[in-house]
Amino acid sequence: MNDNRSVKEKNLELKPSPEKVKIAAFLCKWCSYAGADLAGGSRKKYPPNVIVIRTSCSARTNPLFVWKSLEKGLDGVLVSGCHPGECHYSEGNYHTRRNFAVFRKLLEYIGIEPERFHMSWVSAAEGDKWAQVVKEVVKTVESAGPNTYFSKKKEDNA
Amino acid sequence: MARIGVFVCHCGTNISATVDVKKVAEIAKGFPGVKFATDYRYMCSEPGQDLIQKMVKEHNLTRIVVAACSPSLHEKTFRTCTQNAGLNPYFFEMANIREQCSWVHDDREEATLKAIDIVKLATAKVGKNNPLQTTFIPVEKKVLIIGGGISGIQAAIDVAFNGFKAVIVEREPSIGGRMAMFDKTFPTLDCAACILTPKMVEVNQSDLIKLYTYSEVEEVSGYVGNFKVKIRRKARLVDENKCNGCGTCWQRCPVRLPSEFDMNLGKRKAIYVPFPQAVPNVPVIDQKHCLYINKKKCGICKKVCPFEAIDYEQEDEVIEEQFGAIIVATGFTMFDHSIYGEYGYGKYKNVTTGLHFERMLNSSGPTGGKIVRPSDGKEAKKVVFIQCVGSRDEARGMPYCSRLCCMYTAKQALLLKEHNPEAEAYVFYIDIRAAGKNYEEFVERVQDEYGATYLRGRVSKIFQRNGRLMVRGCDTLSGTQIEIDADLVVLATALIARPDAIKLAQMLHIPYDQNRLFTEAHPKLAPVETVTTGVFLTGACQSPKDIPDTVATASAASVKACGLLSHEKLPIDPQIARVDVEICSGCLACKEVCPFGAIEKEEIVDRVTQQKRWVAKVAPSLCNGCGACNTACRPGAIDLDGFTEEQIFGQIESLTADKGNER
Repeated sequence: MNDNRSVKEKNLELKPSPEKVKIAAFLCKWCSYAGADLAGGSRKKYPPNVIVIRTSCSARTNPLFVWKSLEKGLDGVLVSGCHPGECHYSEGNYHTRRNFAVFRKLLEYIGIEPERFHMSWVSAAEGDKWAQVVKEVVKTVESAGPNTYFSKKKEDNA
Repeated sequence: MARIGVFVCHCGTNISATVDVKKVAEIAKGFPGVKFATDYRYMCSEPGQDLIQKMVKEHNLTRIVVAACSPSLHEKTFRTCTQNAGLNPYFFEMANIREQCSWVHDDREEATLKAIDIVKLATAKVGKNNPLQTTFIPVEKKVLIIGGGISGIQAAIDVAFNGFKAVIVEREPSIGGRMAMFDKTFPTLDCAACILTPKMVEVNQSDLIKLYTYSEVEEVSGYVGNFKVKIRRKARLVDENKCNGCGTCWQRCPVRLPSEFDMNLGKRKAIYVPFPQAVPNVPVIDQKHCLYINKKKCGICKKVCPFEAIDYEQEDEVIEEQFGAIIVATGFTMFDHSIYGEYGYGKYKNVTTGLHFERMLNSSGPTGGKIVRPSDGKEAKKVVFIQCVGSRDEARGMPYCSRLCCMYTAKQALLLKEHNPEAEAYVFYIDIRAAGKNYEEFVERVQDEYGATYLRGRVSKIFQRNGRLMVRGCDTLSGTQIEIDADLVVLATALIARPDAIKLAQMLHIPYDQNRLFTEAHPKLAPVETVTTGVFLTGACQSPKDIPDTVATASAASVKACGLLSHEKLPIDPQIARVDVEICSGCLACKEVCPFGAIEKEEIVDRVTQQKRWVAKVAPSLCNGCGACNTACRPGAIDLDGFTEEQIFGQIESLTADKGNER
């Protein structure tokens, strides 16, 4: 097998037509979750690929959650919280920002496409923005195609 | 093993129109641990809740999942229902298939698939819920009111009427706020002072109300029932206990300065009370301009004071008090119109704002109730009012409507005519928004009876010609361009949040919107509450409000605060952090990230080695349950009830259960 090709190319070869991607979104219950509720309240339409896991604060989202999601075969992960400076717990999202800045580097290092991991700041007043974020995230994750990084690894090992 | 019951709500057709609820319930039956699943038209209704309780008994269920709307709406309802069914109230999870599914998707099949996933997540979580017991904390029976304008005053009076103590912290030397500056109030034309000052006196004389004027809230810690608040009492340099407000000091003070209360149209001294009816009637020394403080000269006030109340050595004092609830009544400030080039960048003296005009109208104001041109003090006969300055202007001002400008402009046009029947009033407006009791009739009256000329259109330019202001605008109704040579232009500038609103919001842990206005817990159903329990909003710090609305919200907020205080003990959310001391290595990385100082070091005796060692300990009353400590913890010794690692990992696994097999 020609191993000089990037991970992305390998994936494309495996699944050339982008099928429906599945994305987990970890939302803080104060801002982004409420923003998503507002999007619902204002009937903003967006693609159904994102499943929301509610957390107390974006700082609760352990990078291991994201890791596990990708390892278990989800195609993308979104972490979203209050805007920096507007955290309900005053500084939680600063921790989030730092944690995931490092984590993103780790993903890159390992060779997982950066298109699979997203962060956003959506306030409880930004229903429109939430719909927009979901649209963009789905589009970007679709461009990366289905996540076979870990299942491929298993096959290789076997 | 948990025995889970799943209840899928139709919400009328809100959910069932796009989600096949029967299918969702059918599939849910196959999820691990699910022993019963059904659908019902309105789960939150009484028969819906009865159904849950009946099924719990019939099928011996131990965990409940309701797939319906957002937990922010009905989590509490169903927790209570779960409790009534004889289960721990935290053995319940909500699957949000309305706001985050049926309302945002059109495709029935896709939406149903997503709803199934959402229910799957909830069932995976609920099986791992811990039984939590609500704990109770004692309540300090005192309310802090930040801001002493009409909203703070009304709130304090209502709190005291309910028999609780209130403390007003006001930044300025006197309470009264903006309303004290007004002349008359729409639509009844009551004189503002006549209706406000009795309330100010009532506040001052009440045994239950304490006033901290010339003071600011510096730090807020604690939580509902037990807020610890540090208040900075700025040095007045006048002893409040000795002074009786005789006024000798300010009569003799030689320094004359522009008066902020009179919008710089009048003068005040370096030792002053902002206005004659000030409460408390105790002056304050302006330390920036006092000759004695700056040059060690003068000292007249000290010499003439018959009560030896002047104390140049006085320093700021920081006091700490405990409160059960906090009412935020910090009000608004005016939009700075100097960014508008078409109105002369704020350079023309005769282009003023509504507040300036209000001071001029006031018979105890700087001009004694005469409408004059600030440039030369001559009587102003032709006045142009321009509405929506900074309001409804997304590009340069505020996107929102400031709500009261239409009314106060109409009132000012009327009063102008009353003061001088010869005067001419022109009002440029975009739309007239007079939605209030007797408001529309009032605006009609101003036009019909008082002959104010209303012109629908914007002003494109104000410039000077022969010492007079030329106002050029258009009347879109007649389609003509208009030029008016005016003596005075009054801009109805937008009401905006105070510049330090964000600082206060962060101190109180309350959210604010993109315009820095504080956000209520729910725009319709919790309009004076905030997401921080025990902190309430009133008045224009939340959104522009006129006096009736401000007073209404003040009374509402005080009822809510008193409701809290009427309890001997308050329940606190048990979904907080928990340390497993067996695993904790005592590194205290959690303590570093905790925003509430809820984690402390504790010495324990190790169970195995019998040696003493340090571990982290969570103070339940201080923990707000954010979970920052969980992520920081390296060995995974600290967990968050309600959002445990096991639960979230379980959710992820449930979501990907089918994925693994596919590929």
